[in-house]
Amino acid sequence: MSLDWNARISPTVRAVPPSGIRKFFDIAAEMEDVISLGVGEPDFVTPWTIRESCIYGLEQGRTAYTANRGLPELRAEIARHKKEQHGLGYDPKTDILVTVGVSEALDIALRAMLAPGDEVLIPEPCYVSYKACAMMAGGVAVPVPARIENEFRVTADDLEAHITGRTRVLLIGYPNNPTGAVMRREHLMELARFAEAHDLLVISDEIYGDLTYGDEPHVSFAALPGMQERTLLLDGFSKAYAMTGWRIGYALGAPELIAAMTKIHQYTMLCAPITAQLAAVEALRRGAKYRDKMVAEYNLRRGFIYRGLTKLGLSCFEPKGAFYIFPDIRSTGLSDQEFAEKLLMSEHVALVPGSAFGDCGQGYVRCSYATSLEKIDEALARIGHFLARHT
Amino acid sequence: MNELLSLLEHDARRPLPELAAILKRSEYEIEKDLKTLENERIILGYNTLIDWNKAGTDKVTAFIEVNLTPQRDVGFDAIADRISRFDEVRSVYLMSGNFDLLVIVEESSLQAIADFIAQRLATIDGVTSTRSHFMLRPYKKDGLLTGPKERDHRLVVSP
Repeated sequence: MSLDWNARISPTVRAVPPSGIRKFFDIAAEMEDVISLGVGEPDFVTPWTIRESCIYGLEQGRTAYTANRGLPELRAEIARHKKEQHGLGYDPKTDILVTVGVSEALDIALRAMLAPGDEVLIPEPCYVSYKACAMMAGGVAVPVPARIENEFRVTADDLEAHITGRTRVLLIGYPNNPTGAVMRREHLMELARFAEAHDLLVISDEIYGDLTYGDEPHVSFAALPGMQERTLLLDGFSKAYAMTGWRIGYALGAPELIAAMTKIHQYTMLCAPITAQLAAVEALRRGAKYRDKMVAEYNLRRGFIYRGLTKLGLSCFEPKGAFYIFPDIRSTGLSDQEFAEKLLMSEHVALVPGSAFGDCGQGYVRCSYATSLEKIDEALARIGHFLARHT
Repeated sequence: MNELLSLLEHDARRPLPELAAILKRSEYEIEKDLKTLENERIILGYNTLIDWNKAGTDKVTAFIEVNLTPQRDVGFDAIADRISRFDEVRSVYLMSGNFDLLVIVEESSLQAIADFIAQRLATIDGVTSTRSHFMLRPYKKDGLLTGPKERDHRLVVSP
């Protein structure tokens, strides 16, 4: 007799909707000749010197567990890096936890912070994991729509409308996936005052921090006056060093919070893979020039795709970070789902409907420009062909 | 095909119409041939030869003689490949004579090259010794003289 799986799977897990991104990739994977603007990872391979240091580690027999919090030399490098980048001081012994990607850090952070029913403010559109992780941690995800008028930056007024007595955490991700929006110092200051006024913890996912374009560098939320203690800063190696498959990230925060997260981490993950940790050490020691080269290349493509889409008549704001652009496709009369599906079927261009990143993403699509200029050019031509028939 | 290669060898920027005219073929055919040559890795790339020091950017070049312990089945190939993949490394040649590989490295400073040799190259399993020579001045680079452009000494009109 077969089991009644509906009754056997935890209601918490059942309540979490499946990721809206995957469905499309399954269809696209079957097609030949697809140009994908749907991929959320760099098209570069990890710089050789980083790969080689992992090979060297294996040759030297570095195959054992590491400390739960991560290799001491990696934590030291992370502390040095954040000092250089933002002037932030973190103690490698107590304030840093190396995780299996930022994904794990986000999960255990929410588990460490939330009591059942606690609410998490999540500005949308946002990365697909935020809501799901909050729900799986027993919390209540409270989406806060960011508005196109503000180039998808969330404001204190937007947040204020959603605060309740149960609100405990504000979870932000800028530079933003999927919109490419960034928050400048003045925008963040507003949120800092808001967090202070309501005594919220802030999780700041800054995985795209290094991918900020133009003259103004990325400002870390933790570096704002008085914010370091209440901020859990998440960062990793996937995007800046093209290391997605290595699964290596880290969390920086107050010793008490890091200790609580370490407790979960040690019982569930034990430690991040030593091979990836060794590679990450090399990334911080010698990877900067490769990172800068890749960022320069993204910047080139950013200008190219922005001009291309605008010329095709799709309105979008110029993204200032990450490697996504988020054009408005409502002029076609199609929903973002229909647009993405029809474009894939008729022109073999894959992109992701905006609604996958929250309800307020409806009417938009996410295009990733982490692909070669040549392919972006071809994709633009095909989108142009598609638009000619749908406007 | 070899005619096309000869035409491009010393000037990768020759325009397509010019190539087509010289070879008496259509631009489309030339383009197709180029694609084939690129796919077959006969044409490896279209680099620009730059005298960086003249442009005011410091570059230090080292020629490193490397001795290796050959490995079973792959000989020198695996280590040579591993060394070749470093960004700092411009060229790698297997040599006859007193050493095995000639590795040419280009970096912004002596310090950077020293770091590369001590931390990356010499620590690779199978590398038994290295000996470095630093380039002082180039006179000719990949078939091109590095001095000032030569003037045409002929008379304007001559019999």
